[in-house]
Amino acid sequence: MTTATVSRWDRFRESFVWYSFKRDKVAIISFLVLLLMVLAAIFAPLLAPANPYDLAQINIMNSEMPPVGLDGADPAFPLGTDAQGRDLLSTILYGTRVSLMIGFGAVLLQAVLGILFGLMAGYLGGKVDAILMRIADVQLSFSTLMVAIIVGAVFKASFGNLMFGEIAIYMLIFIIGIAEWPQIARTVRASVLAEKKKEYVEAARVMGFGTRRIMFRHILPNTLSPIFVIATVQIANAIISEAALSFLGLGMPETQPSLGSLIKSGFDYIQSGSWWITLIPGLVLVVLVLVINLLGDWLRDVMNPRLYKG
Amino acid sequence: MLAFLVQRISQAFLVMFVISVIAFAIQDGLGDPLQQMVGMSVSEEEREALRDELGLNDPIVVQYLRFAGNALQGDLGNSYFYSKPTLEVIAEHLPATLELVIGASLIIVFLSVPIGVYAAIRPQAWLSKFFMGISTVGISIPVFLTAIVLIQLFSIGVTVNWFPSDTGWGQWFNDFFSTDGGMPSYGRGGDLVHLFGTWESGLFTSEGLAHLVLPCVSLASIMLPLFIRLIRAEMMEVLQSDYIRYARAKGLSAGRINFLHALKNTMLPVITVGGVQIGIMVAYTILTETVFQWPGLGLMFLEAITRSDIPLIVAYLMVVGLIFVVTNTVVDLVYGLVNPTVKLTGKKA
Repeated sequence: MTTATVSRWDRFRESFVWYSFKRDKVAIISFLVLLLMVLAAIFAPLLAPANPYDLAQINIMNSEMPPVGLDGADPAFPLGTDAQGRDLLSTILYGTRVSLMIGFGAVLLQAVLGILFGLMAGYLGGKVDAILMRIADVQLSFSTLMVAIIVGAVFKASFGNLMFGEIAIYMLIFIIGIAEWPQIARTVRASVLAEKKKEYVEAARVMGFGTRRIMFRHILPNTLSPIFVIATVQIANAIISEAALSFLGLGMPETQPSLGSLIKSGFDYIQSGSWWITLIPGLVLVVLVLVINLLGDWLRDVMNPRLYKG
Repeated sequence: MLAFLVQRISQAFLVMFVISVIAFAIQDGLGDPLQQMVGMSVSEEEREALRDELGLNDPIVVQYLRFAGNALQGDLGNSYFYSKPTLEVIAEHLPATLELVIGASLIIVFLSVPIGVYAAIRPQAWLSKFFMGISTVGISIPVFLTAIVLIQLFSIGVTVNWFPSDTGWGQWFNDFFSTDGGMPSYGRGGDLVHLFGTWESGLFTSEGLAHLVLPCVSLASIMLPLFIRLIRAEMMEVLQSDYIRYARAKGLSAGRINFLHALKNTMLPVITVGGVQIGIMVAYTILTETVFQWPGLGLMFLEAITRSDIPLIVAYLMVVGLIFVVTNTVVDLVYGLVNPTVKLTGKKA
């Protein structure tokens, strides 16, 4: 066991990925910023000065306090407070946690659906391919955000506000996963089509392996690098979609805010001069999405997979 | 060519059929028209009778056929909230959204072409790198956040006092970073010109145009980076092709090569992708219209959701679905016409 992990680590250290990572300042900085944000989100309950979910800790008298450095600030609230008197730093830490959870969860669901359908379409071909790819084409031509908004609207109308608020986090993972699977399925299909013609697949078939075994044990591992690249970009997309849905009121409720619902609740107070409630979570969202996109760009350059244009 | 035409159009009909089935399922699953029509006091027998009369007890296929038949005749039911035909409500809100999309498209076309071409011709210039950097950042900023920042900067205004105001240069820097605000950020303004039918236009008065600026810039901001990158990538590919090298060898001027020979072949894929993107802009209008309270289709749709106005939701889905299907089909057909190498069996080359 130990020898296996050591040799894998050595292999990683000698790999081209690590080599080019060490030489790319943008990639290193993006990775460090992302790591910092993910850690801060994971350990939010330990790091946050207050628990925004705990009503007993909230005092409405503290509402709309500006961040430190402006007139009327309180050092107890380094980034100020929102309209309900919650400490903004704490809500942002917890909000990043919710956003990241939905982002990763939605991409996991997309990956499962996308890999399954992409493998089936690419390897089985024929009718299965035609039907699956037509569905994917139609869904993509409608834009994934539109599909997500419509599905979200239907869910919200059928579950009602209260019920939807309670299960919002799972709903959002489901909605975004359903809306975006074609992106991954198309990438997987494209690389399966290329792999299918290679000799090792032929050999496996001659040896009498079943279709399922060839698909998942032989072809899938060779299509992983493009999946990895597109999944990175898709996490950024999922976080933006979640923020957009929450901003429209189709996402996380204000009692359990994500970055998107923080921006939404702050937007109502921007005209009264409290810009920090909406713009600070906004800045955090942009930085989070930007570093993931930059890492995705770097990964694509390194692995150079056959990606679809547009 | 005829086979291609028939195939594309039949596919469009198939998609429209699927959309209508989904819309019908939503209407059937969510809206119980009886609850909207009668109060609590009506007995169960009377409800049953009314159900029979309305045809709600018919087999589901019969109900769908009735729904589809009505839809084809332009009858998608009445909105609960506005109490008039849903298509009328949509027709009233459509012009506002169209003007928003037209404004944003103009900004995109007039900025993305020059910037994209410049970045392709001089990929190493610092200005190109600056534009490409901005567009990477731009992709990462959600459209509603751009809109909020624009409101803060140009509608509310920002006063900066980071620099000592008693010195001349400090005052200058403070003024430089401060903005006045005052741009309208709410609705379309009161000064609209009636064009025809339900079209009330804001394009012909200064007040209407001022109200258009911030929403259009926000909507354009999400597409602009995509188009700049696309035009740059296509242009760089074209610039490396043989006929451009031949033109260079012949000694044609750089301007003639770049703008006459290369740009023509760059714009072909850009136009087709652009056609599809304009359909996708409809999704982003929902976000933009929410921020600016722009009384268009997107805001109407969101309000219909909060009011559980099922017929209006269904009608919106059908209309937007139709817009998507028509634009996509037309773009595909145009692409097939102008690019004979497209495989006529329908698989994209």
